[in-house]
Amino acid sequence: MRSAIIDRPIDAASLLAEVASSAAGATVLFVGTVRDVSDGRSVRALDYKAYAPMAEKEMAAVVSEAESRWDGARIVCEHRIGALALGEASVVIAAAHPHRAQAFEACRYVIEELKARVPVWKREHYVDGEPGWVEGNPRRAGVTP
Amino acid sequence: MTLTTAVLLFARYADELGAATVTVTVPAPATAGDVLAAVLALPGADRLPRSPLIAVNQRYASPSDAVAPGDEIALIPPVAGG
Repeated sequence: MRSAIIDRPIDAASLLAEVASSAAGATVLFVGTVRDVSDGRSVRALDYKAYAPMAEKEMAAVVSEAESRWDGARIVCEHRIGALALGEASVVIAAAHPHRAQAFEACRYVIEELKARVPVWKREHYVDGEPGWVEGNPRRAGVTP
Repeated sequence: MTLTTAVLLFARYADELGAATVTVTVPAPATAGDVLAAVLALPGADRLPRSPLIAVNQRYASPSDAVAPGDEIALIPPVAGG
């Protein structure tokens, strides 16, 4: 349905409302949040940057793929950029479907593909030491760039 | 004939080259790989991987893809969203 890169807090409730329909029997809400530890180092804050126009195209493609694969799914996804504090949501995905199994699967697909393909980067600010960019996991086989 | 193009850099790649955009000139007609090779020859680029992901016009591209004047070319570090 919709995806976006935004630079303000994500309103998860509004995403839930956006995917709601009388056809939905299940809605899965995924919220990715800023964690206080990364590879054993204490993190005090994060900042996210995006190649925004490409990131929005890739997110739209991922959402569209999921809605094709799980017919009847209604999916909205927002990724936040800028400075985030611990506990704040960096990404929220709402996936509604007539049935729960498909809602879970579609939501999982979107977050996994987003993490593999969407050009967003995060810099961790540690309690001790210089900030550093996180190098993401290598692309999974079978994901076509 | 030559092609002069800007190349967008992000995250660690931008830090390594000290700029969010670099400009390179390559013989035309050119491929994305030709543009990449010119970027990798710049000062500071020895700290970049030899085969980073490339995007042309905001889509992932192959080094063998042709590039034309006006194309938006970017090097994409390993993504880390979510």
